[in-house]
Amino acid sequence: MTRAITSHEFDAGAEVTRLVTGEPGAPPGVQSEADEPPSPDELRDDRVDGPELSARLAKTWGTEKGLIGALSTVDHKVIGRRYIITAVIFLFLGGLLAVTMRLQLAQPENTLLGPDLYNQIFTMHGITMMFLFGVPIGEAFAVYLVPLMLGTRNIAFPRLNAYSYYVYLFGGAMVWIAFMLNIGPDVGWFAYVPLSGPEFSPGKRADFWAQMITFTEVAGIAVAISIITTVFKLRAPGMTLDRIPLFVWAELVNSFVIVFALPAVVTASAMLLLDRLVGTHFFNPAEGGDALLFQHLFWFFGHPEVYIIFLPATGWVSAIVVTFARRQAFGYIPLVLALIATGFLSFGLWVHHMFTTGLPQLGASFFTASSMLIAIPNGIQIFCWIATLWDGRPVFRTPLLFVIGFFFIFVAGGLSGIMLASVPLDSQVHDTFFVVAHFHYVLIGGNVFPLIAAVYYWFPKFSGRMMSERIGKWHFALAFIGFNVAFFPMHITGLMGMPRRVYTYLPEMGWGNLNMLSTVGAALFFASFILFLYNIVSSARRGPLAGPNPWDAGTLEWAAASPPLPQNFDRIPVVTNREPLWANRDSLPVVAGLSVDNREQIVSTVTHGRADLRETTPEPSIWPFIAAVATTVLFVGSMFTPWAVVWGCLPLAIALMGWFWPKPSMEDER
Amino acid sequence: MTVGPMKPPAGDEMLPHRIVLNARQMPSYAYGHRSPIWWGTLGFAAAEGMGFALAIGSYFYLVFVNGNWPLSAPVPDLFWSGLFTIVMLASLWPNHMAKRDGEREDLAKSRRNLVIMSVIGLVLVGLRIMELGFLHVRWDQNAYGSILWFLLGLNTLHLVTDIGDTIVLTVLMFTRHGPGKRFSDIGDNAFYWYFVVASWLPIYLLIYWFPRWW
Repeated sequence: MTRAITSHEFDAGAEVTRLVTGEPGAPPGVQSEADEPPSPDELRDDRVDGPELSARLAKTWGTEKGLIGALSTVDHKVIGRRYIITAVIFLFLGGLLAVTMRLQLAQPENTLLGPDLYNQIFTMHGITMMFLFGVPIGEAFAVYLVPLMLGTRNIAFPRLNAYSYYVYLFGGAMVWIAFMLNIGPDVGWFAYVPLSGPEFSPGKRADFWAQMITFTEVAGIAVAISIITTVFKLRAPGMTLDRIPLFVWAELVNSFVIVFALPAVVTASAMLLLDRLVGTHFFNPAEGGDALLFQHLFWFFGHPEVYIIFLPATGWVSAIVVTFARRQAFGYIPLVLALIATGFLSFGLWVHHMFTTGLPQLGASFFTASSMLIAIPNGIQIFCWIATLWDGRPVFRTPLLFVIGFFFIFVAGGLSGIMLASVPLDSQVHDTFFVVAHFHYVLIGGNVFPLIAAVYYWFPKFSGRMMSERIGKWHFALAFIGFNVAFFPMHITGLMGMPRRVYTYLPEMGWGNLNMLSTVGAALFFASFILFLYNIVSSARRGPLAGPNPWDAGTLEWAAASPPLPQNFDRIPVVTNREPLWANRDSLPVVAGLSVDNREQIVSTVTHGRADLRETTPEPSIWPFIAAVATTVLFVGSMFTPWAVVWGCLPLAIALMGWFWPKPSMEDER
Repeated sequence: MTVGPMKPPAGDEMLPHRIVLNARQMPSYAYGHRSPIWWGTLGFAAAEGMGFALAIGSYFYLVFVNGNWPLSAPVPDLFWSGLFTIVMLASLWPNHMAKRDGEREDLAKSRRNLVIMSVIGLVLVGLRIMELGFLHVRWDQNAYGSILWFLLGLNTLHLVTDIGDTIVLTVLMFTRHGPGKRFSDIGDNAFYWYFVVASWLPIYLLIYWFPRWW
């Protein structure tokens, strides 16, 4: 199978010589163990081929059976699938809460829910959608798809990735169990002080909010760092920066935003916990603290958060638009630059959430301008997608329908956003249903519609089966109509003065009909999700088999089997084009020479994507799971006593040592 | 590039492979930015650095809203914190040696350097405990005390984490599964220590000198 490389069978011939850097492992002049040639006894993939290679690699990279095996897995696809399913379950739970609220508001003076339960429900709806669904879903898709799209075998730091999933799961479970026990947070998803402070929220409800933040943000940052490193260092040889798929660019920028935004909310929630637990005075004006400090810290995270939810969706849209337009993305460079610009600008807008707090006028003007500015990169993206479709030969399958739904809904939300960026209008409609309408257009339009498109698009890759097109079209119609019937009237109820977060209203206000209409829409929208669920379940069992590349798409995940084998690719691909599978119709250029019996993958250089190292990646381990349990004990314990931070460190330290301690047997073989 | 109309599902066909590159002769690990771990360390340094930056920003915010500072407490003592800072700065030299000898894959010297770094770490923890006794304010006294203890708490957490890491790595270097890729871990540990020192200096100036200048 191994042949000499001839440049004429390679698109970018000159690159062959440049692909391997040929740099030694250690600095010049040092005899490094890294440069030792591999043992001749070890089987390498240039000596074996075909089904035997697949089977052997699948054994090397596989997850063991049984509970311990399942909890020890470090396969990015297994963890990614769990991440996606968990996030979607939280989406459904959050949706159920939304429907409950709509039923309560359907008519004036309704008595389905009391004020106390209503407070918990709207808080739980907000935090479930923002922290347990919105942030994780983008990362979840990245965990599953980024290594596949980059042509590698696992994510960088696979154990950290597994740990992060369990921490996220336990944090979400904690706050939902608290809610079931009637101690769910009831202070709104942004938990402003002084309401959430020690004076006005005795008991543990607000503490559950604060600690849920710690869980999800630790998990979020850990995944973001894994994604960044994967994109920088584990790309297939030849994947230069301008050949990285747009989806991966979106997830990369998203990860950077996460790394810099999430520490702000952790700081805010840590200070809140300290104020509540050990009597600090960060937010207590009587002792020199300041309530607005909380708002600044929260929204310094909270605005980028909107883009953390939106950026992965732009990645899904780019991937789907390119595949179904049957041409490469129009304006690849502007699209990438728009992503980066959005990432930067998202940090300059937070104060527009605080226009009614009495800011200096110059500050308000600055943030109005920057809020309008961010419409520019977003506009560029929309125009590039439309141009791609315009110039292509679009195939209108369900994923593309949902993307088109996204265009309409998201642009409508963007327009009401521009209205809200102006201080006088914002002061008028602040905390009314107009704002509720606006951010649901942006968030559902900007994230949920693309998500559904992404599920339809990648479902064949995840499961090996196609979803039903017929149900998909009905699903789209129901979702699009249901969503607009539910949320468009809220613009008007808001302008009529209905405040958000009220559990009921009087008939004389005249908001009854519009609210009833919204509730009908919500029921339709909810029904569309039932249909979605039915389509997923029935297609997973009986859908037609997909094959590796059912959409005839161009990116590397479609070169793997559906569903992918544990090793993703039998050999690491070599990339010569932005859409590698369109450029190589007959055969896939690959790297050989990696171990078959050990988990080896190619580490490449950051900018040029030249193959540099063949590094081993960690084996499965139960320790990340144990570390996540220890972390949970520490976090939950610290809501009740500050000493938990001290004694809780001990099991965590032991778990971390187990995690990093090398397996003696592995290294003795050398 | 435009492609033809969408083909029907291709069945189970996987693309055949065409080998264009062989990785047999590539090194199995490397140092610095060529290694993925280095990027992971940088990522955590960025996230933690952002946390420090926000805590420092909060400190200035509280100074700004209050005007007088340090509210109604005396300024903290300089002796133990000064000693702490001097030891921190002095540790840069053995840290540099640890990185250099690690990259030279010199096992004996690497072991020596890591023992030195572990001892320095433990001394720093001792100095920090002394330092906490001379702040002249409690965290629950006023917002000044709160933010002061918050910053010191963050830095202490940082310090203890890195020392734990250094000690484990030291033990690893003395066990039989020491060498090889571990040398690259020494470099990453040293890199993180630079960050610990670099992030302490602005906090030191802020806590101990800024209230004297204000």
